[in-house]
Amino acid sequence: MSFPGGGYEGKNWTEFMEGIWERNPVFVMVLGMCPTLAVTVSAINSISMGLATTFVMAASCWLVSLLRNYVPKEVRIATYIVIIATFVTVVDYAIQAISLDLYEALGAYIQLIVANCLVLGRAEAHAARNAPVPAALNGIGMGLGFTLGLTMIGGVREILGAGTFFGVSLFGANFQPWVVMVLPPGGFFVMGGWLLLFAVVRARRERIALAAQET
Amino acid sequence: MIRESLGQILVTSILSGNFVLAMFLGMCPFLGVTHSVSVAFPLGLATTFVIVIASLSAYALNLVLGLLHLEFLRLICYIVVIAAAVQLVEMFVKKQSPALFRALGIYLPLITTNCAVLGVALFQTAREYDFAQSLTFALGGGIGFTIALVLLASVRERIELSDVPGVLKGTAMSLMLAGILSLSFMGFAGLGG
Amino acid sequence: MNVDALAAEATQTTAMVRTLGLVSLICGLIIVGSFEVTLPAAQANRRLAAERAVFKVLPAAKSIAEYVALPTGGIEPKVGAGETALPPGAVKFYAAYDAAGQLAGIAAEGAAKGYADTVRVMFGYAPACQCVVGIGVVSMRETPGIGDKIITDKEFVANFKALDTRLNKDLSALANEIKVVKHGTKTQPWQIDAIAGATITSRAVGKGINEAAQVLLPRLVPNLEKIRSRP
Repeated sequence: MSFPGGGYEGKNWTEFMEGIWERNPVFVMVLGMCPTLAVTVSAINSISMGLATTFVMAASCWLVSLLRNYVPKEVRIATYIVIIATFVTVVDYAIQAISLDLYEALGAYIQLIVANCLVLGRAEAHAARNAPVPAALNGIGMGLGFTLGLTMIGGVREILGAGTFFGVSLFGANFQPWVVMVLPPGGFFVMGGWLLLFAVVRARRERIALAAQET
Repeated sequence: MIRESLGQILVTSILSGNFVLAMFLGMCPFLGVTHSVSVAFPLGLATTFVIVIASLSAYALNLVLGLLHLEFLRLICYIVVIAAAVQLVEMFVKKQSPALFRALGIYLPLITTNCAVLGVALFQTAREYDFAQSLTFALGGGIGFTIALVLLASVRERIELSDVPGVLKGTAMSLMLAGILSLSFMGFAGLGG
Repeated sequence: MNVDALAAEATQTTAMVRTLGLVSLICGLIIVGSFEVTLPAAQANRRLAAERAVFKVLPAAKSIAEYVALPTGGIEPKVGAGETALPPGAVKFYAAYDAAGQLAGIAAEGAAKGYADTVRVMFGYAPACQCVVGIGVVSMRETPGIGDKIITDKEFVANFKALDTRLNKDLSALANEIKVVKHGTKTQPWQIDAIAGATITSRAVGKGINEAAQVLLPRLVPNLEKIRSRP
């Protein structure tokens, strides 16, 4: 499946990029929702969770791909889950060593990365059928797309619900924060809002394309 | 560390701390399976069953791991036990009711990656609940999960027959509905002390 | 035919067992390795966080020592690191010493369920007046702008400048239970005026301190002389 020279790099680039926008895990595939809504109360939490998930995805996809020819079909899900759980444990310890404040903020949702459908889904659908390097690149791409999606939601919730962005106050002391945005309903509303926006943009694009065809 | 009574835990886990609407656990089935109540309700029950098993196993595992000072293996052990429990439930449902097995489809094995199941195990460990508290937490969580699923499914079934703008159809609509449900459940805050 | 089928099944099972064994070994090594590597940094972080919290509630403190109060009524220095090293039923507390090595106060944690999740507070206790002299929030997930007023609301914080936690005559419990009362109705030094509009979080703070003090102080007060000066 590998093409010599330029073609091979091209294929790897596609592997990496498809997860960023075209098949964005948050807005297109709608996978990994639990941490998406729980943790995105601020932009910095969103990025941290996203990067933690990206690391787990990159490492798990790589290891799953390395072992793909040695794992019998019957035990593959169990094996993938054990591998993913391993790297999630590693990330859990790493965050404790880096910053306790971050650890408190993300809480149990770090360990819940194991139950993130996105990670197991990519391992099963992609890493198990491809070579380690493309698998890892796809994992990183999906992870970064996930981070992007999380940050878009977290950014909006933080701006509306706390008046800050990455901790930097935007509106001054007289701003009345829209508190519901940093509470659970806000998570649902903001994500629904983004999906609605994308649907509107897409519908408009289709209408314009249709009108252009008719003329 | 904190002493919560069983009644408090039960009421909180069903209402003000509802697993889906307040803690965002179990979102995949919440958005994926709630197109009809007749599928949502059995899935809720199956998940409740797995949650209770997972909670009891996690409690036992935690005791054993604590004795052996192997706490760092906690996450792996939890998830393996959950996978085994789901496998058992799958075989049971397949034998007892093949129709239900077909209706639930892929969502039955997906209970393994349901954050609610692993979440129960993790939260009860973090809050250092004892045996009775863990069991109540698991039961309440499962019941709350089922209620939330059935609520959203009933609303979505009705809305099928209404005139919904094209851009809002699908996940966006479900999320907005879930947001309203979550907002209303916030009214239960403080209930149960 | 039958023997072949059996043989095929046997190799399948060995293959599965072998794979699972190999994967478990690799994963086990990764986990243990990362645990060992991150342990010193994580412990240093925890120690720093504890010191920061104690220094905040007891400003005169310059150093801390960790102790445990046993269910049998004695106190002893805490050995071992991490949460798992506590003897059963024991309660952890910090003895804070000033620059001269004399006891500046005691600090301990209390926790109770607030609006969203657990509210953990660190409170400082002065043996001289047998009262709580300050609180700091260790962790909370309360509603921003409402629940987090427990840090910013000056009137609420003033509750804890001299919160009466004297023990009763036989030193078995607090003479008066710490209670959180409706905003503006505080009459006794062992009561806490709740924040108007944030009663649930205020009650959590009061409950946490009360429960912790009821367990810790009867065990601590009779043994204060042991820790008067830095060992």
